[in-house]
Amino acid sequence: MPLLSLILFTPLVGAVILLFVNKHSKNAIRWIANAFAMLGFLVSVPLWFVYDTQNPGWQLVERHSWIPSIGAEYFLGVDGFSVLLILLATMTGVIAMLSSWTAITMRVKEYYIFLLMLQTGMIGAFVSLDFLLFFLFWEVMLVPMYFLIGIWGSDNRLYSAIKFFLFTLVGSVIMLLGILAVYFYNHQVTGVYTFDITQFHELNMPFDLQWWVFLAFFLGFAVKVPMFPFHTWLPDAHTDAPTAGSVILAAVLLKMGTYGFIRFSLPILPEATAHFVPMIVLLSIIGIVYGALVAMAQHDWKRLVAYSSVSHMGMVTLGLFALTPVGITGSIVQQLNHGISTGALFLLVGIVYERRHTREISEYGGLSKVMPVYAAVFLIMTMSSIGLPTLNGFIGEVLILQGVFVVNKVWAAFAATGIVLGAAYMLRLYQQTMFGEVTNPKNEKLADLNLREFCTFAPLLFLAVWIGLYPKPFLDRLETSVDHVMVRVNSDYTPRLAVLKGGTVVLDGDRGLDASPGPIRGGAR
Amino acid sequence: MQNAGFVAADFYYILPEIVLTVGALVVLLIDLVFKDRDDLTFPASLVTLLGTVAVLFLFVGVDVTASRGLLAIDGFATIFKFLFLVAAVVTVLMSSAYLRVERVRAGEYYFLILTATLGMMFMASAVDLITLFIGLETMAVSFYILAGFLKPNQRSNEAAVKYYLLGAFSTGVLLYGMSLLYAVSGSTNLSEIAVAVDAQGSGGLAVLAAILIGAGMGFKVAAVPFHMWAPDVYEGAPTPITAYLSVGSKAAAFAMLLRIFVEGLSGIMPDWQVFFWWLAVLTMTVGNIAAITQSNIKRMLAYSSIAHSGYVLIGIVAGTSRGWTAAIVYLVIYAFMQLGAFAIVTMLRRRDVVGDELKDLSGLYSRSPVAAIAMLVFMLSLGGIPPTAGFMGKIWIFGAAIDQGFIALAIIGAVNSAISLFYYIRVVVFMWIKDEVMGSEITIEPAMATALGITLVGSILFGVYPEPIFEQAQAASAFLLP
Repeated sequence: MPLLSLILFTPLVGAVILLFVNKHSKNAIRWIANAFAMLGFLVSVPLWFVYDTQNPGWQLVERHSWIPSIGAEYFLGVDGFSVLLILLATMTGVIAMLSSWTAITMRVKEYYIFLLMLQTGMIGAFVSLDFLLFFLFWEVMLVPMYFLIGIWGSDNRLYSAIKFFLFTLVGSVIMLLGILAVYFYNHQVTGVYTFDITQFHELNMPFDLQWWVFLAFFLGFAVKVPMFPFHTWLPDAHTDAPTAGSVILAAVLLKMGTYGFIRFSLPILPEATAHFVPMIVLLSIIGIVYGALVAMAQHDWKRLVAYSSVSHMGMVTLGLFALTPVGITGSIVQQLNHGISTGALFLLVGIVYERRHTREISEYGGLSKVMPVYAAVFLIMTMSSIGLPTLNGFIGEVLILQGVFVVNKVWAAFAATGIVLGAAYMLRLYQQTMFGEVTNPKNEKLADLNLREFCTFAPLLFLAVWIGLYPKPFLDRLETSVDHVMVRVNSDYTPRLAVLKGGTVVLDGDRGLDASPGPIRGGAR
Repeated sequence: MQNAGFVAADFYYILPEIVLTVGALVVLLIDLVFKDRDDLTFPASLVTLLGTVAVLFLFVGVDVTASRGLLAIDGFATIFKFLFLVAAVVTVLMSSAYLRVERVRAGEYYFLILTATLGMMFMASAVDLITLFIGLETMAVSFYILAGFLKPNQRSNEAAVKYYLLGAFSTGVLLYGMSLLYAVSGSTNLSEIAVAVDAQGSGGLAVLAAILIGAGMGFKVAAVPFHMWAPDVYEGAPTPITAYLSVGSKAAAFAMLLRIFVEGLSGIMPDWQVFFWWLAVLTMTVGNIAAITQSNIKRMLAYSSIAHSGYVLIGIVAGTSRGWTAAIVYLVIYAFMQLGAFAIVTMLRRRDVVGDELKDLSGLYSRSPVAAIAMLVFMLSLGGIPPTAGFMGKIWIFGAAIDQGFIALAIIGAVNSAISLFYYIRVVVFMWIKDEVMGSEITIEPAMATALGITLVGSILFGVYPEPIFEQAQAASAFLLP
């Protein structure tokens, strides 16, 4: 059964069905949309179990002809890394839909259609093994997100929406040129026109070309992450987006950038990657410290969380470009953690915003007295965000620090600064909004979390504790993905699994292949 | 062969043109006999166009040089002829309701659309400078009249006069270039010119001729700095005519340009590549930046159409078969999205609303969701956002440039296509986000619905499955090789 196609198109089917529902039957629309999001999640759950951690090849591969005249294919497949991101995306989809039930009251039909389309776009980017197909889904995400911010956002929504749109678009069109350069180089070497990513993973491009292509890819991915100095769209977009938009943006869309680095930049352009490490590390460190300092200065609750994203994503890219197995593993785990904790923090802001229609931190205070359950959830998520042991953030940060430390102690020291500053602004936020007396009379009658709202947090709380206490299942699933990248960026690296399997790689399906002795090049094929 | 004179086969090879000519004359006669019977001329012109399309299918796969070496009946000509005919069908479908709202008598309106199409068809298949020129003039004269068809409307009159004067001037430049080519080669036949130019090599008179012809064609495709007529003419002309002008006339001019420069002047390709490189950069950049400031949709689409000429020029600069393919792919895809956008603007024209200002689009979504969704698709496609057809066109264009190492050109093109989204998305903002304005109901008549259907299906289908266009365009460009 084409599991990946099923996961990919379930939300789109929901969107098409919604097109034919009367726009005035709002509850019917909400039920259908939530049902399809849930269905999308349920069909993706088998991925967790079907994925074979001992198989270093691409799994669940689907391959069909699409545009033969330019060699583009409908080519899907996953590794451990994409499995986790797909699950994150489908779960976030459910949460985003559920959190919008009462928050969105106008133009309900279009809202859910756009959310479902966005869902297909995100999943598509994670499952594509054809570079053109990937780019198609990558760009498809822009339009629904633009509308989500532009129609259902707050004050400055039009400005924020167009800023988001144009920043990402400029980055991605330049990236497209990079993709085309790889495409033509591949043709020059192999004589075949193809956008097959697994084939690109085996290319050894000359350094000059790698250098250019790396910059092109970098622009596309760095805007999305976002890395300093391309981050300026993010605080605006986050602040003005509706809650569900912020949650998806933080939890999944930002991961597109880091996914791109890991899937494309590192394995396709290993020499250029090594060359650019100092630049990217510098930008990451600036992002970590600058994001944290600016977060400290915010009066707006949501903007604070947005800037904390810049800081956290700096950690992610730093761990990644340490180019050590531990660092890359930590970076991926931290991507999941960021999705969980920042997604939850945006949900939390959304809940008080829906009740009070203000995001000013000074408007709140003493909420733990009127909303005890809310305060408890917020506390756990704050701790998760600042990396308290037994919660997920700790695992990611420790792995990143460890991976970075062996390469360069100064970098690790800067990364640690970010963690300290993170604790400072998050605890300050918590203290100012939750503790003390209720000073503002408008806050006295605030309702605590209802069942629906609590349900949006339940999976996130569960995951935060799970990853914090027993991350092994997650780390197991990442092992081959990390090996796959490591053998490309470090020629001395011996993958753990290939040793285990005696040098024979078995692909999903019937296309077996004897790997030559030594490191596995590229996995599939 | 030179002295063979016309033979029966020559008439066979121009059968589509003959059908079209006869049909056009019938339409003219109908108008002469029954005055102002739009309900007769409209179906008659549709039948003529569809009949021509049907006859054209006989020539798919044919590759001959007919009429004593004046016409090439090949895949390149055929794909362009299909493009013109489909564009003409959509234009005619858009026109009937529009003419009624504008209260102009249809008269020879349809006849002129058919003759313009006839001229285009000769421009695509001619391989002789004189025949090319006659095709060009047949098309241009028809458009001069059509642009001024809204007689009581000042802007329409201005459009016609401006288009006529600047068009005549550009024709002069073009003819001067052609006469220089004759001086170089002693022939008007492109293959003989090619031999002479090859022998002469780079530099000299042929380069001057190429620049003059390039400038003359630059007027027709509205390339910067020869674009000045376009915004005024596009704004003033009847909207369906603007649509046809920006699609049909542009594609025909590019077909002619490809014929002359690839088949006749490939010997001095490095020279004209430089010329077209600058033309492409200026055209894209000026077109896009000027479009940003427009508040009138027709003017905005005029500047955007200029920018799109720039993208097509990238394909020509590339100087490879991949480049010609890119140009053809782009022109075909552009036809669907541009006609679609103008169909929406035409539809917005009601008795009480001119409908060509951006603010007239306000709240379109709540009044006519279908129209708003269609316009969204056209705007995204013009901006090159997948999964619409425009994206597949851009892939080819940028690919052709990167393939030949025109990295700077590709980057300028890519950044331009990002900039263009700024004004395309503004249209979307008005339709989807701004509050609605009052005005009479928007009705979509069956003819208009068909036009919208054709363009919408084209803009989406070729974005998801562009293989048929890619295949045909690759086959067509193979015929061009000198």
